Amino acid sequence: MSSKTSVLRLQVESALAARVASPFQYRDRPIVEMAPTGVPPIDLLTGGLPRGSLTEIYGPPCSGRTSLLVSALAMRTVASEVCALVDARDAFDPHSAEAAGVRLQQLLWVRCRNVDQALRATDLLVQGGGFGMIALDLGDTPAHVVRYVPLQVWFRFRRAVEHTPTIFLVVEQESNAKTCASLVLGLHAQETRWTQTAGSAGGNSLRHSPGCLLDSWKSRAEIIRSRAKREGLWVREPDEICADACDDGTEFETTAVWGGVRKR
Amino acid sequence: MAFASIFVPNFLLQAVVRAEPELRERALVLIEGNPPLCSVVAVSEKAALMGIEIGMTKTDAEQFVGAEILLRSPAQEKVAHAVLLDIGWSVSPRIEDIAQDAIVLDLSGLTSLFGSEKNIAANLVERAAACGLRVNVATAANVETALIAARGFTGITIIPPGEESQYLGELSVSALSPSDETAETLNRWGMATCADLARLPILDLSERLGQEGVRLHALAQGASERSLVIAELAHSFEEEMELDDAVEELDPLSFLLGRMLDQLCVRLTARALGAAAIRVRFELQPSFENAVDIREAFPAQRRPGLYEKEIQLPVPARDSKMLLKLLRLRLQLNPPGAPIQKITLAAEAARPRATQGGLFLPSFPDPEKLELTIARIAHVVGEGNVGSPSLTDTYRPGEFQMRRFLTSQEASKTSGDSKSVRYAAEQRASSKVSTSFRVFRPAMPAKLDLQAGCPTRVAFQGLRGDVIAVSGPWRTSGDWWREDPWQQDEWDLEIHFHDFPVGRDRSADLQPNSGIFRFYYDSLRRGWFVRGVYD
Repeated sequence: MSSKTSVLRLQVESALAARVASPFQYRDRPIVEMAPTGVPPIDLLTGGLPRGSLTEIYGPPCSGRTSLLVSALAMRTVASEVCALVDARDAFDPHSAEAAGVRLQQLLWVRCRNVDQALRATDLLVQGGGFGMIALDLGDTPAHVVRYVPLQVWFRFRRAVEHTPTIFLVVEQESNAKTCASLVLGLHAQETRWTQTAGSAGGNSLRHSPGCLLDSWKSRAEIIRSRAKREGLWVREPDEICADACDDGTEFETTAVWGGVRKR
Repeated sequence: MAFASIFVPNFLLQAVVRAEPELRERALVLIEGNPPLCSVVAVSEKAALMGIEIGMTKTDAEQFVGAEILLRSPAQEKVAHAVLLDIGWSVSPRIEDIAQDAIVLDLSGLTSLFGSEKNIAANLVERAAACGLRVNVATAANVETALIAARGFTGITIIPPGEESQYLGELSVSALSPSDETAETLNRWGMATCADLARLPILDLSERLGQEGVRLHALAQGASERSLVIAELAHSFEEEMELDDAVEELDPLSFLLGRMLDQLCVRLTARALGAAAIRVRFELQPSFENAVDIREAFPAQRRPGLYEKEIQLPVPARDSKMLLKLLRLRLQLNPPGAPIQKITLAAEAARPRATQGGLFLPSFPDPEKLELTIARIAHVVGEGNVGSPSLTDTYRPGEFQMRRFLTSQEASKTSGDSKSVRYAAEQRASSKVSTSFRVFRPAMPAKLDLQAGCPTRVAFQGLRGDVIAVSGPWRTSGDWWREDPWQQDEWDLEIHFHDFPVGRDRSADLQPNSGIFRFYYDSLRRGWFVRGVYD
């Protein structure tokens, strides 16, 4: 029996010799390094964005995807890392990004016209290496177009950033990378808050006054997939668990820039 | 005091062969002059063995089967001379530019850097070979002896102090470059070698040949003393190539550019420099029809068209392969409009970067690699669509500039207390996330229903919805003194979409049930538009 096993083992090893050096050797899984997103509830929920992995943030428009993306970009650029943003529909707003703290001189922005250009540009960037974060923004691209992106493209991206300190982040309307993604976050909008000056709205059902300003809105984030959490590579400390965050989802609030200014 | 002289034998031929190394093994003949009075000015060893001699007419040279006849190239000779100077400067800052094919170096103090004089000479030969030149090197205690020895002996010659006359004695008197009249006189006297001349009594020689006789005697004895006339250090690195047949396609052009870049990088490496910018200039072949028309109508405009391109590099580089890829990508984006007759490549030299990596510093993309990646991306998305955004000092909505993306650890260390850093610190402290905005480029036209000046319903891009909350209007205007002024009333509208456009599958396109959009009324264009959405 043992001789059969050893023969079988030898056959497998010789068949895989060109691709895998030692297929039966046990290897420890490396601890995944996490980088904060700058959104404390999300960081508490997920532990941050895993480096050397593909992370998906998906949700419908107005669900807070871009705010989360820009917050992550701000955190990375402030930490003196070089980031790249591949913008499939040229929707990035440098003004709001700078207001959110993104150091624009540390950001390489690729303005594309379609998914094909975006994927080709992303491919070149991930092969180039050295970036702290590469974000692929497919947020405005129709979901049915992104669905046609072959799975091997996502697999290639994942392989390219593996064992590197690069965070590969994809923003889209629905999850497409399947098992290639180490972390998948689903977002949807909850509630919008407008500032009202006293007596401004009156009896009008439509909230409108010269003093009415967009203040903030709440979004809900849910973990759809987290390899780090599943494999126990990231464990939350008990004191990190907050009341708002349940095991798979949390709420976070985004505030308009002028809202913060007004309050100060 | 020690001097070394570098001499390039058969310089005219080597200048041509350096640009086209495959000619090295052929029976090459260089001719000069206006047809039909072209004569041979240089021959390779193989051509000389075939019987071709300098001074022959072109017609005579053409009788020899297998001989390759080319025109002498002053441009290549100029470049080869510049290369020779670079080889000299790569070892010593004190050199004298003797002639197109010879230089003399001051070796004082170099032994501590390069070792013995023999090592220095070997080093010079090696550097010259890397630049495509085969040279003779001679070292001696004085300038003239080193020069005569380099011209007279092949390979490396080391002349120890005090043995100059012994070494030079073997050489023919013609190695001392006497005037024709003196050479004839010496020949009549039977003076064949320098040793013969050195044995003559100086006073008698002076009576018969005058000052020239004294000079030649000193040279033959290796006793001529003079100081160096130092050449000014040049910082220009240029390679030129004139083409017999104009090049039209990118692949053969890349081949030529690659060869020129290799040479340029070897020169830069020899001087311990890198290229901060590469300038390429093509002289284009005017089309036949245009050429005829121009010649007839405007004789002064016979100059061929020029194509110029400059590539700025983020850090000084001397990797010829990387530079070639960059050049190729730029040329693919903006190809020259006509076949190329002459190529000129110039490098702006700068000291190569010296960086100290740190264990705790974030990783950066390799600047050379990043430049190449950006060039490739620019090839995909267009040159103006890749870079770093920079906000401009204006109130015009959505205005920004795309700047060239530059990254370096030094750049990242600057602006430590910038506005963005303060914002990020405040955000972390307050645990707040800033609302971000997505821009529709170009702005989408929209239709709005108003009640008492306030939007109540909207329709755009096949979507219709009711307005739930309104904020605005804010009027902005500006640039009235320019051709493109703006005047807009902006509104932030929270919209609830109540139906879905006919003919669109809801499952195929995930549209929000509600959202906050920014609309504006353009008073100049008299229409409503959607600027973007808060996300």
